[in-house]
Amino acid sequence: MHVPDGFFNAAVSVSAGAVAAAGVAVCLRGARRELDDRTAPMAGLVAAFIFAVQMLNFPVAAGTSGHLLGGALAAILVGPYTGVLCMAVVLLVQGVFFADGGLTALGVNITIMGIVTVLVGWGVFRLVTQLVRGKGGVTAAAFLASLLSVPAAALVFTLLFWIGGTAPIEVSAVAAAMGGVHVLIGVGEGLITAFTVGAVLAVRPDLVYGARGLAAPLVLRGPDGVTTVEPAARPVAAGKALRPFLLGGVGLTLLLAGVVSFFASSSPDGLEAVAENKGFIGQATEHVMSWSPLGDYGEVGGIPVGVAGVIGVGVVLLVAGAVAHAARARGQAPAAGDDKVKV
Amino acid sequence: MGAGHHHQLYLPGASAVHRLPPQCKLLAVFAFAVVVVATPRERFWAFGLYALLLAAVAWAARVPPGHVLRRMAIELPFVLFAFLIPVIGLGERTTVLGLSLSVPGLWAAWNILAKATLGVVASILLAATTEPRVILLGAQRLRVPSLLVQIAMFMLRYLDVILDEMRRMRVARESRGFEARDVRQLPAVARSAGALFIRSYERGERVHLAMLSRGYSGRMPMLGEVSASAAQWGVALLLPVSALAVLGLSL
Repeated sequence: MHVPDGFFNAAVSVSAGAVAAAGVAVCLRGARRELDDRTAPMAGLVAAFIFAVQMLNFPVAAGTSGHLLGGALAAILVGPYTGVLCMAVVLLVQGVFFADGGLTALGVNITIMGIVTVLVGWGVFRLVTQLVRGKGGVTAAAFLASLLSVPAAALVFTLLFWIGGTAPIEVSAVAAAMGGVHVLIGVGEGLITAFTVGAVLAVRPDLVYGARGLAAPLVLRGPDGVTTVEPAARPVAAGKALRPFLLGGVGLTLLLAGVVSFFASSSPDGLEAVAENKGFIGQATEHVMSWSPLGDYGEVGGIPVGVAGVIGVGVVLLVAGAVAHAARARGQAPAAGDDKVKV
Repeated sequence: MGAGHHHQLYLPGASAVHRLPPQCKLLAVFAFAVVVVATPRERFWAFGLYALLLAAVAWAARVPPGHVLRRMAIELPFVLFAFLIPVIGLGERTTVLGLSLSVPGLWAAWNILAKATLGVVASILLAATTEPRVILLGAQRLRVPSLLVQIAMFMLRYLDVILDEMRRMRVARESRGFEARDVRQLPAVARSAGALFIRSYERGERVHLAMLSRGYSGRMPMLGEVSASAAQWGVALLLPVSALAVLGLSL
């Protein structure tokens, strides 16, 4: 899935590069909060682990095998900030040292496979763990999170391709094909992520970042019958810290959508001509709802370029809203836990 | 990084390209890729000249063509996709060898093939002539955040250790009769992945403590400053500047 050079036009490559750089910059600060001066060795070793685990082939069905993307797994095991950093470094190393993925497409690759998979994976994971408590909840959440993160990345790829791709392809067909294939890949990703998280949870539950709230408080019983309860180690408060990340992300996406759709509309390609002929927003939105590969040629592809930007921002807002909700819920969770400990 | 841990792509050598400071090479390759991507796809001969430029660099660096060709297999999935575009593309159609192909689709396929291939070859030449550790020093000189460079350094340094650990676990699994046939074997593979994570994480903790005991305070000491003279910058920028000249001529 590493995008090579020449796949996207210059405007999308540069905008995605800006998004990736901003995301990585925020995560560098956030990871310092998660790991302080351990950041460099820990994130480096986890990045090496992600690189290794991406080479681990697992059987999907008779004869075929798949491999892990690892974004959701990284987010659940080491936290979202460190997760994005690790994925970004893995992609950087693959691009520069292994010629895997184009240098000008580095921003696109980091945005899609690093930031989107981690954000979607972490958002879904937090939502599900809020609803279902306990170890079973963590495993189920890990499955759903990584299952959804893969098609989400594929759809963002399709969206970028629609805005600034260099090929005249029916976008709904690409979206359907990419989405369909990646749901299947996502099931594999989900299964192996859930089993892996379960395995770590069984041996070293304290190492699973996403399950830090689960640790039971330490109860000390003294010789004279005095019982003291040590509160469980509290996860790093990320409620407020996440806000600039989200705001920055939304702002940059707006910029991306606005600037890029402007560039895209000035480039002479097949989509534009069709858009001029058949661009009815009302009809177009109807067709967006039915992502059918058999939809009329042209009309789905002919959605005015501005609508693409709006849809893009909508998707990001949904994801951001999910993450913000999860973060807020998470800020309150330890407080409730403390009360129980005092009682 | 101990001896014998060079990555397959790096070819030790002492050519003029090998001796250039890493930051010059990084910037040159990156600028070259940008120029290639910005070239209009109708200018066939410009892409031919770019390929000649890269061939000249490969000749100067004494990188054998076979080494580059073998590594180019990495772009195969996208080449397959590029061949699909004319079949499923939109727009006016033409008939080639009995197949109905889209004309804009053919252009798009050519665009992706040409630019991706040039980009991959440029990256391969960079990786073949520069040690990974030195590339990172160059990145640091180019003001890439030092924490990011440190993370990448640790990753490269321990990559072979982690990969070896994974290999040992696979040998252990297989010597006990394990064979991954279908989904039912997934839990066993995943448990190995979980064990690998715990081992990596704990190794990271040990490495951090070892660093602390040697006086680590958040910054890595710079060993062997890599500085570039104006002449070296000039030599390195020959590649993107001549590519830019080609682009200027073609417009």
